[in-house]
Amino acid sequence: MRILSFVYAVFIYGFVFLPVAVLILFSFQGSLFPIPPFNGPSLRWYGAVLSDERLTNGLGHSITVAFLSSFAATLLGFLAAWGFARFTLPASRILRVLITLPLMVSYLIIGMGLLVVFTAIGFPKSLVGVGIGHVVINLPLCFAIIYSQMGDHQANIERAARDLGAGEWHVLLLVTAPMLWPALFAGFFLSMTFSWDEFVIAFLLTRFQTTLPVEIWNLLRAGLNPKTNAVGSLVFGISILFAVALEVITFKKSAK
Amino acid sequence: MNVLLSTKKLSHHFGKTKVLGNVSLEIAQGSYTVLLGPSGSGKTTLLSVLGGFLQPDEGQVLINGIDCTSMPPAKRPTATVFQDYALFPHLSIGNNVGFGLRMKGMAKDIRDERARDMLLLVGLADAFGKKPHQLSGGQRQRVALARALVVEPQVLLLDEPLGALDLKLRRQMQDELKIIQKRVGTAFVHVTHDQEEAMALANHVVVMNQGHIEDEGSPERVYARPATRFSATFMGESTIIPGEATGNDKVKTALGTFKINSAPNSGRVHLAIRPEHICLGGNIPAIIRDVIYQGSFKRCVALPIALLDFPILCKFTADRPVAVGEHVSLRIGADKLVLLKD
Repeated sequence: MRILSFVYAVFIYGFVFLPVAVLILFSFQGSLFPIPPFNGPSLRWYGAVLSDERLTNGLGHSITVAFLSSFAATLLGFLAAWGFARFTLPASRILRVLITLPLMVSYLIIGMGLLVVFTAIGFPKSLVGVGIGHVVINLPLCFAIIYSQMGDHQANIERAARDLGAGEWHVLLLVTAPMLWPALFAGFFLSMTFSWDEFVIAFLLTRFQTTLPVEIWNLLRAGLNPKTNAVGSLVFGISILFAVALEVITFKKSAK
Repeated sequence: MNVLLSTKKLSHHFGKTKVLGNVSLEIAQGSYTVLLGPSGSGKTTLLSVLGGFLQPDEGQVLINGIDCTSMPPAKRPTATVFQDYALFPHLSIGNNVGFGLRMKGMAKDIRDERARDMLLLVGLADAFGKKPHQLSGGQRQRVALARALVVEPQVLLLDEPLGALDLKLRRQMQDELKIIQKRVGTAFVHVTHDQEEAMALANHVVVMNQGHIEDEGSPERVYARPATRFSATFMGESTIIPGEATGNDKVKTALGTFKINSAPNSGRVHLAIRPEHICLGGNIPAIIRDVIYQGSFKRCVALPIALLDFPILCKFTADRPVAVGEHVSLRIGADKLVLLKD
């Protein structure tokens, strides 16, 4: 039994991580093709990536879009969660379901919907458009995370702040937001990871300036080479950084 | 009496349930008022109305003669100590206590100094730099008290503040609350369901039941001469004896006829007697049904021979041997019988 479960574990982890491991290994390939035999390691393809202006621009755009859209999604999600948790709204239940509904709709549908709307109102294809799209997909996530952390105990703490003379803005800034830091961070970093490697919406809503996943797709159209492996490894590395940041911050908070 | 806070005919409903009905109350400057009642009696709702967290359906709240009924909590000269303490988990104890002063725009060094003074008053001088999660329940309670007192409210509202503490700590905090209240001179309004706590702390007890005031006054008066049947059984124990008024201040009961001052001339009445006012060596033969030894006394249930289904609560000194099944004769002091309003 033990051996069986060990073998099973090896298969599961192999299935999940082998492709990534191979991708990373051949990003250090010394020759022209990302296929065995491996002759390296060499940083030649990383050099090629970093000197490719389209890729470095895409990287910059991706980081900007991820940061700003995640910030907006977290802020809006926080305000929405606070509103639902603290005030009695008409049809509150239905509205709450509606706000989380985009979590279940495919990115393709959201992207096409936005494209149709943008075309109709004459809004140009741009990075701003992608940012809006990413807010649409990440806001429900941020809302759900933050709303789940808002309890009655915190409502009482807000009441105490009001009792001591705090206005609504003071309550939000000095009491509610600091109390919910772990949830806000979790929402922000998860949004960053999702925005960072999102392809479909970015592909549909950009033209000349675009994000890194779209640039990688452009690159792949010319065929496989170790440069695609190198840029893929970079994307993976940055995703890992977001995940680690999320773990460190939220775990440090909850360990207290 | 110097009236500081008064309520006029407060009524409130939660949905269809009436939680407050026609509550009129006066609270004097510097007094320690305890709102006493079982859960669901409306005492916490009344406190929320006083603190401004709840708008009553009807009635008024006046503080210093000013109508505060629809004034938000921040604007009222009241401060609340919450049942779950509601400390700010992300702020240090010093900043927790200084929060109210910060909202008033006071400079950091002055409010730190005030916070230190207040922490000294509640006996937590060394907690200034700690976080709430590093303190015990009793210590958090003191911080909540300091945080509310530092803004110098005219009325301090305490919502079951000792409910979460163990018995020993609760006794200790009762003593300290009383001392602190005397020192700061603020009027305290304290909600509890514990009648011992009420007697220990209050100089004004308000007994509440089903959303209205049953009885109010000094704890000595409410205990010795409860106004209603509820108050006689909730604030301490009593045996309620039904009887018939026969005129000339006489009340006839199954246990004998008693002379009761200002009894009505006719009709059914109820009399209350405290267990400690029933002595041995009288003319009512009875059988002891239960004996519970409680240290300084024995709490017994006796059944009078004339009325075997009518248990009478009595307390005898611990050194008097009594046994279950023993035949005794009880004496009820007519001067200790209290005529109740129904």
